[in-house]
Amino acid sequence: MSSIIHGAGAATTTLSTFNSIDSKILVAPSRTNLSVRSQRYIVAGSDASKKKFGSGLRVRHSQKLIPNAVATKEADTSVSTGHELLLFEALQEGLEEEMDRDPHVCVMGEDVGHYGGSYKVTKGLADKFGDLRVLDTPICENAFTGMGIGAAMTGLRPVIEGMNMGFLLLAFNQISNNCGMLHYTSGGQFTIPVVIRGPGGVGRQLGAEHSQRLESYFQSIPGIQMVACSTPYNAKGLMKAAIRSENPVILFEHVLLYNLKEKIPDEDYICNLEEAEMVRPGEHITILTYSRMRYHVMQAAKTLVNKGYDPEVIDIRSLKPFDLHTIGNSVKKTHRVLIVEECMRTGGIGASLTAAINENFHDYLDAPVMCLSSQDVPTPYAGTLEEWTVVQPAQIVTAVEQLCQ
Amino acid sequence: MALSRLSSRSNTFLKPAITAFPSSIRRHVSTDSSPITIETAVPFTSHLCESPSRSVETSSEEILAFFRDMARMRRMEIAADSLYKAKLIRGFCHLYDGQEALAVGMEAAITKKDAIITSYRDHCTFIGRGGKLVDAFSELMGRKTGCSHGKGGSMHFYKKDASFYGGHGIVGAQIPLGCGLAFAQKYNKDEAVTFALYGDGAANQGQLFEALNISALWDLPAILVCENNHYGMGTATWRSAKSPAYFKRGDYVPGLKVDGMDALAVKQACKFAKEHALKNGPIILEMDTYRYHGHSMSDPGSTYRTRDEISGVRQVRDPIERVRKLLLTHDIATEKELKDMEKEIRKEVDDAVAQAKESPIPDASELFTNMYVKDCGVESFGADRKELKVTLP
Repeated sequence: MSSIIHGAGAATTTLSTFNSIDSKILVAPSRTNLSVRSQRYIVAGSDASKKKFGSGLRVRHSQKLIPNAVATKEADTSVSTGHELLLFEALQEGLEEEMDRDPHVCVMGEDVGHYGGSYKVTKGLADKFGDLRVLDTPICENAFTGMGIGAAMTGLRPVIEGMNMGFLLLAFNQISNNCGMLHYTSGGQFTIPVVIRGPGGVGRQLGAEHSQRLESYFQSIPGIQMVACSTPYNAKGLMKAAIRSENPVILFEHVLLYNLKEKIPDEDYICNLEEAEMVRPGEHITILTYSRMRYHVMQAAKTLVNKGYDPEVIDIRSLKPFDLHTIGNSVKKTHRVLIVEECMRTGGIGASLTAAINENFHDYLDAPVMCLSSQDVPTPYAGTLEEWTVVQPAQIVTAVEQLCQ
Repeated sequence: MALSRLSSRSNTFLKPAITAFPSSIRRHVSTDSSPITIETAVPFTSHLCESPSRSVETSSEEILAFFRDMARMRRMEIAADSLYKAKLIRGFCHLYDGQEALAVGMEAAITKKDAIITSYRDHCTFIGRGGKLVDAFSELMGRKTGCSHGKGGSMHFYKKDASFYGGHGIVGAQIPLGCGLAFAQKYNKDEAVTFALYGDGAANQGQLFEALNISALWDLPAILVCENNHYGMGTATWRSAKSPAYFKRGDYVPGLKVDGMDALAVKQACKFAKEHALKNGPIILEMDTYRYHGHSMSDPGSTYRTRDEISGVRQVRDPIERVRKLLLTHDIATEKELKDMEKEIRKEVDDAVAQAKESPIPDASELFTNMYVKDCGVESFGADRKELKVTLP
């Protein structure tokens, strides 16, 4: 009986069984103890063993599944070379692989079929899979989200695309009452394996209604999971994991990140839906971020390193539930936390995270948790005003200096 | 005068013999399935399609089953009424008595593979789909043995193995879900249909028209059934809809108006609709029905309509009385047999209530079960604070 490697945090017993079954696999996990997870390596090499994991998931190809949290740092030269692509292509690849693998997966949304998707995420899929699996819906978010949920009740796995996450507000009743609650109120009879995805966040002068940061609205819905992708690697991994998950997952993408380029592995891999990603280990301060703000933080990190600080940057990825294990270990190490997010200040993800950290790790904190969020305003059209709505690297640097005094 | 007295005396002399005679040669009626054809009292009105014929093929077995099922549903709702007044059922309780013909008529026309989804007035539809009385009462009283383990309540009855998809509290939200079910049936090539039930109040929801548009566009086997009981809580149809001809509201989608108090007419219409939907896509059925209770138990039901209206409908159009008359005129059963049947059903319902009263309430750990499905294993503790660690499979 084999099992998935659950990041490198998997119990060592799992790893040993894994090793004992297949000696051909090149496994190079970090053997650090579970309390400090700072480095993870790609588990590489594919072999001909078939793996069975979970209750209904079967790998049809004879490829190994690699759940992994960190994209790069390939210390192992025997890793097969990956291929380079843009983030939207990574999403498309993930979607296409899952649709190949499981005939129950279908995509529905506005202009996802013949048009190829407004951000080209579903390009080419309609030609390959036909009109019944890649469905162009009319403009009725409430109805087609409801239809996706109804179809999921029977066992289909729809991927519902909102052309912009802001449009999903029209479907909020369906997402909150039906998607989130049906598994509970039916006493476990129905599962709703939908994926609701779409771009959100502040773009380039798109106007207030098309630049909404809505993670905060959905986070209180019981029964759903929320993840946010930020790199092509985790975009593909999270997309695949979300489709395979039996729970409803909302996958937040960002309008400005669709053209990021990165090299991703050729093998089949997924990213754990509930795990955070260690972007840059450090000692002085923990910076928690997600989605586009990760790049602002990394930019600020360069300045900070020049100034002599050593920030630890974690991309939390899982917005609901929070990966308090990774976050907690980091807080225990650095004792200072800065949250940088694009969500609204009031009632946003950062607000919840601050509360969670204060509640759980209060004893480990040397300074109050600081949260930098976007301003509580509708996103203005003017370029400069829009820039001031979101958090800029300079503000991050100032905040770190303030916290580390 | 004398002649009449003579004849009446002879009648009284003969009567016992006449009643005794048929019952001794008549076998138990429930095994008789020879076909009977009955004409529906009210013709069908159609929109953009042909009406089905008014002659309904049925059998004495079926009509008797109608009677039994409807009497059971009626008793269940009345029992729920008294349980609610005794504060054993809390919250909202929407009763279906008066509308039973819809549930039984529909069941007679379809199979368990066809899906039904309805709103919060779902007790009788659940029973029609094969749900057990004791499961229903346990759920109403919030017990662990209820059909949703006590976590759903009156408005959230579900029965997956019988393709009954609930049980939804938000008015109209079940219609897109129903069209999604129809989509899945088409995707999986099931050759089955979905009946999405909604009320006259929900008929003004935008999502109905959105879902109808998609269903018609994609030729989904969806049958939208408007249970028109003429009142959307306290608002009569003439006050809420500019066009109360709900079967015509689909515009490009064909529709049929049916007398919803006549179980046989309902059966005929549902059969017709199923054939239509499998070939031509969606169709709307408007069932003209009536509810005796108010919208829910908190609504007395008499502030917006007169007691005379309610009792008038009960006298003239009651579905159970109609079936009883059919049974008596066609000699399928006698008064006494029907009364015995009703007594039996009353006892059955009382037993179910007693059994449900004894069932345990859910324990505290059930609060967090069935939130998520654990498949790949989780090792984090986050917003769902109770889940500290879940081991890998």
